[in-house]
Parts: sequence; C-alpha cells; structure tokens
Amino acid sequence: MLTTESLQRIDREIEKYPADQKQSAVMAALAIAQEERGWLSNETIEFVANYLGMAPIAAYEVASFYSMYDLNPVGKYKLTVCTNLPCMLSGGVDAAEYLKAKLGIGFNETTVDGKFTLKEGECMGACGDAPVMLVSNRRMCSCMGPEQIDRLLAELE
Amino acid sequence: MLEIEIDGKQTQVPAGSTIMDAAQLVGAYIPHFCYHKKLSISANCRMCLVQVEKAPKPLPACATPVTNGMKVFTHSELAVNAQKGVMEFLLINHPLDCPICDQGGECQLQDLAVGYGGSEARYREDKRVVFQKNVGPLISMQEMSRCIHCTRCVRFGQEIAGVMELGMANRNMHSEIQTFVGRTVDSELSGNMIDLCPVGALTSKPFRYKARSWELSRRKSVSPHDSLGTNLYVQVKNNRVMRVLPRENEDVNECWISDRDRFSYEALNCSDRLLKPMVRVDGSLREVDWSVALDYVAHGLKDVARTHGGNAIASLASPSSTLEELYLLQKLTRGLGSGCVDFRPRRRDFATDAKMVGAPWLGLRLSEIKELDAAVVVGSVLRKDHPLFAQRLRQLARKSGKVSLISVTGDDPLINLNARITVAPSQLPFALAAVVKAVAALKGIETLDELENVQPDAASVSIAESLLADGKKAVFLGNLAEQHPSASTIHVLANELGRLSGAVVGFIGEGANCVGGHLAGALPSSGNAYDMFVEPRKAYILLGVEPELDCHNPGMASAALKQASLVVMLTPFKSQAMLDTADVLLPVAAFTETSGTFVSAEGRIQSVAGVCQTPGDARPAWKVLRVLGNLLDFGGFDQESSEAVRNEIVGNPGEFAGGLDNSVAGVSVRLEAAQMDLQRISDVPIYFADSLVRRANSLQETRDSVSPTARVSAGTLKSLGIADSSLTRVVQSSGETVLSIAVDNAVPFGCVQISAAHASTSMLGDMFGAIKMESA
Ligand code: SF4
Ligand code: FES
Ligand code: FES
Repeated sequence: MLTTESLQRIDREIEKYPADQKQSAVMAALAIAQEERGWLSNETIEFVANYLGMAPIAAYEVASFYSMYDLNPVGKYKLTVCTNLPCMLSGGVDAAEYLKAKLGIGFNETTVDGKFTLKEGECMGACGDAPVMLVSNRRMCSCMGPEQIDRLLAELE
Repeated sequence: MLEIEIDGKQTQVPAGSTIMDAAQLVGAYIPHFCYHKKLSISANCRMCLVQVEKAPKPLPACATPVTNGMKVFTHSELAVNAQKGVMEFLLINHPLDCPICDQGGECQLQDLAVGYGGSEARYREDKRVVFQKNVGPLISMQEMSRCIHCTRCVRFGQEIAGVMELGMANRNMHSEIQTFVGRTVDSELSGNMIDLCPVGALTSKPFRYKARSWELSRRKSVSPHDSLGTNLYVQVKNNRVMRVLPRENEDVNECWISDRDRFSYEALNCSDRLLKPMVRVDGSLREVDWSVALDYVAHGLKDVARTHGGNAIASLASPSSTLEELYLLQKLTRGLGSGCVDFRPRRRDFATDAKMVGAPWLGLRLSEIKELDAAVVVGSVLRKDHPLFAQRLRQLARKSGKVSLISVTGDDPLINLNARITVAPSQLPFALAAVVKAVAALKGIETLDELENVQPDAASVSIAESLLADGKKAVFLGNLAEQHPSASTIHVLANELGRLSGAVVGFIGEGANCVGGHLAGALPSSGNAYDMFVEPRKAYILLGVEPELDCHNPGMASAALKQASLVVMLTPFKSQAMLDTADVLLPVAAFTETSGTFVSAEGRIQSVAGVCQTPGDARPAWKVLRVLGNLLDFGGFDQESSEAVRNEIVGNPGEFAGGLDNSVAGVSVRLEAAQMDLQRISDVPIYFADSLVRRANSLQETRDSVSPTARVSAGTLKSLGIADSSLTRVVQSSGETVLSIAVDNAVPFGCVQISAAHASTSMLGDMFGAIKMESA
C-alpha cells in the first residue's frame, strides 16, 4: 500500500519509542502516509493501524481529530485559514471570505481545476501575525490581507 | 496511609487513592458519569467536581489523588455550583427525550439531572444531531445524540473486552462514538457496554421498546451456559423473561456477563417450545396427557430392561442440566439396572473415569486467578468457550502475569500472551509433553519414562520458564483438551507438569454443571457418552441434549437413536430431528423456569429458584424424573422440593463443594502420533453450543453465528492441490458434505478447522481425526 521509502520513514519513527509502544508513532505514520497518498482514505488508515498493531478505530480517532489530516481528497494546494478568535478579530474571517469569493469555493471544497482546497483552521500559534494561513500543511503565511493573498495565489502554480 | 476529611468525616486511605475512592469509603456520594471502578480514569465528564481546601478551583474527585490532611467538601456551595454548571453543559446538546428513551427510569443522566439540573434550559440555539449507527444485532446506537462522551464504552473495549471496536471520532462538538467505517461490534462481551453507558445512547436491540424498567421484576438466577456460574438478574414482566442483566459478584463474574448470558433468553420465548407431551402412535407423534406419556415411558423402559437387560438402556444429559436433574436421571437409570449414564456428550476419551480421586474442577477459586504469576491454558478456544474466564486471564496478563496458550486453533484470545504453541490436534499431547520435559530439564529432575523421546523447542522452554518462576502458577485444561481423543493423556501430562512445577492444575469445564455432574454421580459404570452410541442400545433417555448437534460423533448418535425401540426425550424445545427420532417427547422447564443447582468449575454451589412459569404443560425435569421413579416403584424418589434433592447429594451445602480433586491414579501416558495426511479440528461455536443459544434469534444474527466453513491455511490448500477453489468436498469417517473454503493461515498445517455443533457438519464424524478434502 505504501512505498518502501515511506515504510522506512515510518520504521524510523517507530524506533523512537519502546518496542511494545509502536502506536506512539501513529501521528507521524499518518502524516507520512498522507504525504505519499495525498490524503488519508479509510484503507490507508487501516493499513497504518495494522502496521502499528493498533485498532483501526484508534488510528481513525487520531486522523479525524487533527485538522491537518485530510480524510477526503484535496487539491494541489490546501489553503488553511485560521478563524480562531485573535485572527478573527484581526481580519481572519475577511481573509477567508476573500479567498472564497476569489476561488469560487467554500470551506472544505476544491476548485474545479483541482488546484486549491480551502479549509478552516484552528489557532496556529502565530496570532501576532494575524490573519494567518497555512499552505499545504507546511508553509506558514502571515499578515494575509487581500494583496498578500493575491500575490500568494499568483505564485502558486 | 493518608488522612483525609470528607464533609467533616475523617478517614484513612492508602497512598495513590483518589478522592472518589475515599468518598466511597466514608459513604459520601459524588455524582459522576465517566468514572467506573473497573475502568481506567479518563476524567472527561467533570460531573464529579468537588471543593478541596486551599485549591482555588473545584477539582475532579475521580482523578485527584488524596494528599495527607486533605479536606474535601462534596456539597459546599462551590462544589454544587460547579456540578450544576457541568450538568447544564451536558444537557445543552442532550435531546431530553426521556419519555421515549429505553434508559428512562434507570438513567444516570436522568437521575442526576433531577438533583443538579435546572428546571428550564437557558440554551436557545439548535441542538446538535448525531446520526444513528448500525453496529450489529445486539447493541442499538439509534439515538447517538444522547451520548455524553464519557468514553466508558471505548475504555471497556480497550481494557475489558481486549479489542477496541468503538472509538470517538472527530473533535469538539463534532465528536461521535462510532466503529471504524461502520463495522459491527463483534466482541463476545459487547452487551456490557449497554450497562456501562450512563445514558440511553447504547441500548439493547432485542429489548428495545419491550418494557419500561419499572414494570420489570428483578429475580436472581445463574447462567446455564458455561462453567463460570455467572450471577444474573432475570427481569420478568407478565411471566415472560424480558431481559437478563448481570448480578454483581466480584468473586465470580465481577460486574460483567457475556453476550451469551445476556441474550440467550430470547430462546425462551421462541416458537420451538415443546408445550405438550407427545407419544408416537402408529408412526406419528400425538399430543397426550402427562399421565399417558409417563405410563408409556415407565412401561416401555421396564419392558426393555426385562427383555434386554438394564444396560440396553442408556441415558445422556446436557452438562447444563441442574444438579438435581442429573442426580435423579442417574438414579432412575441405575434403578433400571443400567450403568450407562453420562452428561459429557462431547467427550471421546474416558480412560480417567473411575481413576480420579475426586471430581475434576478448576483447581482454585476464580478470585485467585488475579493472584497468579503464570498461567498456561491447554486446548481451549478461550474467548468463545469461556468469555469471562478469558477476561480474567486478560486482566492477569495486563497486570504482568504471564499467560501462555497451547492449543490447536489460531484464534486471537485478545490476551497479551507470553508464549503460544499452535499444533495439529494429534500433536497436542506432544506439545504439552514438551513443556513437561522442558520443566524437568530446567529443574534437572526425572519425569515420566514415556517422554524419553520428546524434544522441547524454544516456545515450550519459554512456557516452562514461566512456570518455574516464583509465585503462584496454574495449568488450565480447556474444553478442547477434554473433548480430545487423548484427553486422559493430556490430563496426566498436566498433572505431571503441576507436580514438577508446583502449578495448580485445573479444568475450566464444559457446561454449567461440569463439576455438579460428577457430584451427582451422573457418570457411567458401563457405557459412556460415546460408547452408548458405538454399541447401540434399545432405549435412550435424553435430557436436554440434541444428539445430532451435541455429541462427539453426531452422525453415529443419530443412527443409534434411529435403531432404538424407545427414545425418550426430556426437552424444553422441539426440533425436526426430535420429531423424527423420538418416541416420547416430554416438555420440561428451560433455564429460568425451574429451581435447581449449579456447581461451577470452582466448586461454587449456587441454587436458584424458578423465576417464571413454564409454558404450556411443561414441567420441571426433576419433577418428571421423580414421578417416573415413583411409577417404576423405585425407592428414594419422594423428594418434596429441589432443595431436598440437592441436600441428598451435597448435604446442606456451604458455599463450595467438597471432594474436588484432579489427581488420577493408574492412567498412563500414551504418546503415539497417528499418521494422518489431513486432520480435522473442531471448535464449538459460541452461539451453537447449547440448545438455548441455538434458538436465540439476535445471537444467531451475529458474526459468530455464520455457517461453518472449511478453515484452512494457504499452505495446506496448496499441498492438497485445491488452492484455487472456493468450495470443497470434505469426507470424514461417517459422511461427507460440501463447505466453502475460508483461508486462514493461523490454522496449523495439515489441518482443516470445521466447527461442530451445526447441522451442516453433523454428518461428518468425530470432532477430531482424519478427514479428506477435495475440490467440489
Ligand atoms: S455511548 Fe454511552 S458510554 Fe459511550 S461515550 Fe457515549 S454516553 Fe458514554
Ligand atoms: S488565532 Fe489564528 S494563529 Fe492564533
Ligand atoms: S467522573 Fe470525574 S470527571 Fe467524570
């Protein structure tokens, strides 16, 4: 189901924990699986669970708890806008609305060309730089007013 | 010890106790939902907030450790305000649909809302809706909006059942209890989640909308299904059993019961009940009065005894019959001059009969299991044969006890095992012998001569080491070890293992009266449960058995019954097979309808009263047997009550029976490997095991009740050259049939696992032995 390379990366995570507590590596393993497959299907989650010797529902609890795991297919770029209180007070919701209008999609939707998926995020710990956005879980973007958003979208090919 | 004062009451608790523990000691009630004494602490409902002196905020009693000199107030203004606040939050999204909720009247949320809830909600917004889930025929998850996310059900799966089937998906207000992608909940202990759920989110599907809890009377009983002696409350409305709940007994079943104990009652109300005595006249069964039927039986039996001798009559009883029934049956049989009486229909090897010092039993009390340091189970499908016994071993393994399994099936006991040996049935005695040998080698002492050529492997050494460590140890023989064709060798080897290692040796026991039957003397002096069919008799008396499903070789038993001139069946149910073979059918009381006694594997004597009346003309079997004894003019059948019968057997009993001893004298070990290309492994599926569960509709819809397959490993299939068929013709000594193949690489090589106790496999032959498989 996963490539040898991904499995090797997961094995490295497993080694960080005592041998009888393999399931401690579940978050890392799910992240690696998602990186390879683009999103976490039920089959992928079950595979990871079996690989770590844990109940599939236990891995599903984790995968469905954290918003960085995608349980549905996403576009080439996933834009997550923080709408928690500090961001909200400083234009987070406006940034989201702007993106919605610009891309023609709502939260948890993907543009028809499959390029962008829009998500609503929780506090990313950078409230001082509100509004805050995250691109595909990895790239953090601060102070996202309309201009900055335009520039970001232009840049993402 | 730590000093603590709760609501002005002083007490002392051991270090590590929580405020909740201490409160229970002084009898102060702290409201709670997620806390449960048998589960780990999750402290997520916050209902148990209390005031603690010097703490600025209220603290959760279930998760706060006691410190020395702590002062706690459970009903101060601060505490009560906190509790009321939590209650208000819990009720925000709760549907408050108590009038149509099955939990109404026995709901912790309802009860506590009376004490701590407001009379009106301040929340005006829409409540959240949680969709229903279908998790199988036993648990209803129709109204999941009622869930308060205490996670008791989740922790039960993880900690008690040993398999996490329910989990809490999603986060915050989107949290939902569910299974992985809509799978069913299949644990054999799943019904306990219904009891644990403090609200009406998980309810009993078979009981759904059948009655309100306050309409039911609660009567004590004991489960007839396995050897544990599980304590039950049977709840009755209008003389009908509506449901069965656990009766807490820490020394026996703790607060749990298995699904078999919980849902088998459905069979009591099924359409298969035999309501009137029937006698075969001119080839067809006719309903008759009791007096006619009993006269017919008495004369018939007397005739057979006179013309063919007493031993032409054989009696066989189910091991879940009561002590009184077993006693009177053997007394009746012996009165007729026959020594052919037994209560162990699935047994094959009887060499230890009359060689045992006492009645075989568990070897220790159930409550002692938790004190063991090592346990070895031999020949058992633990979870399916003994759900709650397995649960105790699971807890033992969680607590650092070393549990090992030597058996023939590859099923997962959901126990963290120290070592496991899975071999073909013919190799089971050898596998046990290897452990004996390993123990002897490690200790440098002599063992039985017959074991000279046995070579221990790594797994047997590891089991041997676990048995030689300091502490309390036990070797348990399961149902499979007793049904095995070399049961006596296994028994002697286990005794030798016990002798060498200092481990207690015990039988887990098949049937509720596995010990009781021995005390009642329902044992053959000529013609045991197998031989009585090998050499067919003229007359049979069958008590609660369905030979075509319950016997070691069902086909042989059925054939013997067909040729007999008189077959008398005392049975609560009728089946096509009975209607075809019986000459007389006598309707007797089922479980819950008769008083009687069970002596469980640990020797616990438990007498129960009948909790509802028998349907139709059915009568308690002990009374029927007693009347028969009188009709035949045998002395000693004048007991006025089942208690009088019981006292004849065990005196006026204490808690435990005496005369229990697993020692055998004069039986030798016979280690000879039969050469077989392919051999059969039989398990007895949990919901086919006795006549009651077979008729419990909801249990019959579970995954455990699918029809038997030919379970076999890919390697074996390949060696047989039928790797790519989905159906197979299996041919055994007495017959053949076509089964679908289920590939299971945990089945030992050279074996095929085909369940017994099912109509689709009953024609095959013995439970174990050579078998052929070919593509169908
Ligand atoms: S279903 Fe019942 S037991 Fe499970 S979390 Fe919800 S309220 Fe608790
Ligand atoms: S609230 Fe948006 S980053 Fe903290
Ligand atoms: S009972 Fe203490 S938090 Fe639930």
